[in-house]
This record gives sequence, structure tokens and C-alpha cells, in this order.
Amino acid sequence: MNEHIVRSYEEELKLLDRRMAQMGGCAEKLLGQAIDALERRDPSLAESAVASDATIDQLEREVQEQVIIMIGKRQPLANDLRHIMTVLKIAGDLERIGDLSKNIAKRALAVAGESYPKPLMTGMRHMTEMVQSQLKDVLDSLTELDANKALKVWHEDQQVDAMYNSLFRELLTYMMEDPRNIGLCTHFLFGAKNIERIGDHTTNIAENVYYLVHGVPIAEDRPKGDSTSSTLFTAR
Amino acid sequence: MENRAVDLSAIERIEAARTAQITGAARPAKVVAEGVDVYYGAKHALKDVSVDVPDRGVMAFIGPSGCGKSTFLRCINRMNDTIPSCRVTGKITIDDQDIYDPALDVVQLRARVGMVFQKPNPFPKSIFDNVAYGPRIHGLSTNKTELDQIVQMSLQKAGLWEEVKDRLQDSGTSLSGGQQQRLCIARAIAVSPDVILMDEPCSALDPIATAKVETLIDELRSQFCIIIVTHSMQQAARVSQRTAFFHLGTLVEEGPTQLIFTNPKDQRTQDYITGRFG
Repeated sequence: MNEHIVRSYEEELKLLDRRMAQMGGCAEKLLGQAIDALERRDPSLAESAVASDATIDQLEREVQEQVIIMIGKRQPLANDLRHIMTVLKIAGDLERIGDLSKNIAKRALAVAGESYPKPLMTGMRHMTEMVQSQLKDVLDSLTELDANKALKVWHEDQQVDAMYNSLFRELLTYMMEDPRNIGLCTHFLFGAKNIERIGDHTTNIAENVYYLVHGVPIAEDRPKGDSTSSTLFTAR
Repeated sequence: MENRAVDLSAIERIEAARTAQITGAARPAKVVAEGVDVYYGAKHALKDVSVDVPDRGVMAFIGPSGCGKSTFLRCINRMNDTIPSCRVTGKITIDDQDIYDPALDVVQLRARVGMVFQKPNPFPKSIFDNVAYGPRIHGLSTNKTELDQIVQMSLQKAGLWEEVKDRLQDSGTSLSGGQQQRLCIARAIAVSPDVILMDEPCSALDPIATAKVETLIDELRSQFCIIIVTHSMQQAARVSQRTAFFHLGTLVEEGPTQLIFTNPKDQRTQDYITGRFG
């Protein structure tokens, strides 16, 4: 891509990309910390995760402000216009990913004193790893402007949904087995839901990357794998 | 990746639907150029330009200085005839009539193809006479009442009537720049042309006067075929339904304005409208 004739415009776009990269990095790190804190029952790690969400929020505000100034000042067109609008939307998704991760960290604080069976964490860990790798790939696709990579992430989200379904059933089973597990399992259930939502935000980002590159939205219906909201589970 | 094939066909479908929606694709072409070449002496200024300009709409010509957009505009009312070294080949038709047909009366052609220039150029006559000039020489009215009506209607269409109705005998040059430009538009539409050519009509105007002229263009497009050359990308985006990008004498890309400014196909178009080369 050729550079702009106006050098300061070019610099502003690069600054925007740097802020996005930083935001993406923070979101990835926050999710990792939150889940580690849950697994290790480590309150200080959980607290530091909760605190670092503020950095993401701050970055989102900076991105928003910069985008508004750039639209007013530069009146961007074509791929620049798509670039700037896409970044604005992606910043929103990353901010939500930060919030959801922070919520997991808070739950980690709440259950830090409990002892829980190892298998409970196995599914959670596995699902998180899937989402983390999706998030990493989608952020790479943004930096590399690789629409195919973004499309792959978009398709793979149904595996996360399937994982969430099975985790949902597993947690219900624990609750049915012993009502004393309900409090703990509810925290895990919300935690799992948060991770599933993070997966959804990741697919949003993938859609935006695809649009940024091609100038048209992905022209398919996304395959959905989460059936928990349309299913009733009852104790028998 | 295997999904690509599926996606591309879907993209084409969406684009086709969008194009039809934005441009009213069924609208017939008013001006049709086929393989137009223009030479100024040895200089090959315009190379093999073919384009359909739909009726009742605005088409914007954009491109860097010297790209040939004004040259092409001037082919449409044969203004290039006045330049001795200029040679035009190819075919341009308006309503299927070849405008380079030797039997064609150029004066009649220029009555059908009005033009508005960069700098407002009212005649040093009264406001009334500026507008009445065309209808008079082309014999469009049989009496004073009819002429009065034409002048009033033209000034109304140009959005100038309310501002000048009490001072029609004042000199056209006494008006402000923006008013003068709208007077020139009134003068152009007074002879009921089919096509109106505008060569950077707002580049000498302030933003308010520009906004008024743009509003006017937007109103006139329901009745005329308007072609506007502009250096302001935002103006092209605001007033036109279709945009053509010229570069180094060739027509690089032509399409619905919304697509040209959000998702142009050609890299050169993209580079130009995003300010990547000049």
C-alpha cells in the first residue's frame, strides 16, 4: 500500500493500529490471567486482572476519540474509511472481552477459598485455550489484513459453542449430584458463558476484518453451536 | 480456502443488488461515449474512453489535474472545436444522435448541452437579460409574457428567484459569487437543455454558497442529465449517483458513487481518493 501524501495522516493511522495492537494484547493477557487465577485459586492474580481492565477501557476511549477526530479532520474514504470504522467497532469488542474476562477474575476471587474437583477445571481450561487461540488468530488477521484467517476463526467458533454445551451439561450434573456444589458451579457456569461470549466477540472481530479487507460483509449465515438457550434441563 | 468460491459469488450478488438499488440501473443512458480519443497536437490527452451517462442523475468526473476529465467534458458540447490543434476521434451520442455528425448544428447542440464554469461568468447585463439571453437567441418565446415566465421559472429552479425578484434589472455582476454561479445555472437551464455540464462549479465559492449550489444540483437531477467535474472528493460523494475516475487520459473506473468511495475496485482509484498520490 502506498503511503499518504499527507504524512501526518499516515502517522495517525499507524498510531491507531498501535493502540489496537496494544488493546488486543491487553485483552489476551487479561483473559489468560483471569483463567489462571480461577485454576490456581490465586486471589492476588485475580485482583491484578480486575485492575488491568482499566487499561483496556482507557485505550478504548483513546481509540474512540482518535477516530472521531480523524473523521472530522481527514474525511477518510475507501479503505481508509473502512479501516477507521472497523477499528472503532473492534475496539468495542475488545473492551467487552476485557469486561467479560474481568468478570471471570471476580468469580475467581469469590471461589478462591473453595476446593474443587480437578475435572471441573479441565473443560474450562480447554474451552479457554480454544478461545485464546481464536482471539490470537483474529488479532493476527487484523494486523496482517488476512481475510481468510478471519474467515477461519469465524467458522471455528461453533467448536467453542459445542464445548460450552458440554460444559453446561457437565456442570448441571455436578449440581444435581450434590446441591452443595450449586454455588461453586454457578460461578463456573457464568464463567463458561463469559468465555463463550468472548468467542462471539472474537467472531465479530473476524467479520469486521473480513469487511475491512473485502469491503463487503461475509455473505453466509454463521453456523451456531450453542443450544443451551433453547434447551430445558431437568433433574430426574 | 474452499469457502472463497462461495463467498465471491455471494459478493457479486450483493453488489449487483446494491448497484441496482443505488443507481436505478434500469435508467437509460443519455450520453454515450464509445472509444473517444482526444489529441492536442501530438499530445494524446484522452485515450479510448467509453462510458454511458444515465439520464436524470448526476455523474461526477474525478481525477488529478491533467487526467483528461475536463477535456472529456468539453467533448460533450464540442467546446474542443474551438481549439485549433485539437482532434477528437471515436463516437459520442446524445439520445442516440451522433454529436460529431458533420451535418449537426453546433449552436443547436450547445443549446441542448448547457455548461457552467469554474468561475461564475455572468454577462455584463441585467439579471433578467442574463437569463433571457439564451431563450431570445434560440427563439424560445413568442412574446414578453412568455419570456418573463421562462426567466422566472429558470430563476426559481436555480433557487435564486426569492433573492433577486425585486432587482431583476440590476447587473448580474452585482450579485455575490454564489448568487452569480446560481445565475449562471439559471442561464444554462433557461434554454431547457438535455444535459448540463459543470466544470468545478463550486471551487470559487465559500462553503455556504457551495452547499446551496449542491442542493440545487440535487434538485435539478430529477429533470436533467448532469455531469460535474470536481476536485473535491467529498463533493463528488455528496452530489453524484455515479462517479468516473480518470487518470493519465484513461477512464480507470466508473461505477455507483457509494461503491467508488467505500470499495473501489482499482488500486489507482483507491490511491487517489484516499490521498495516496496526487
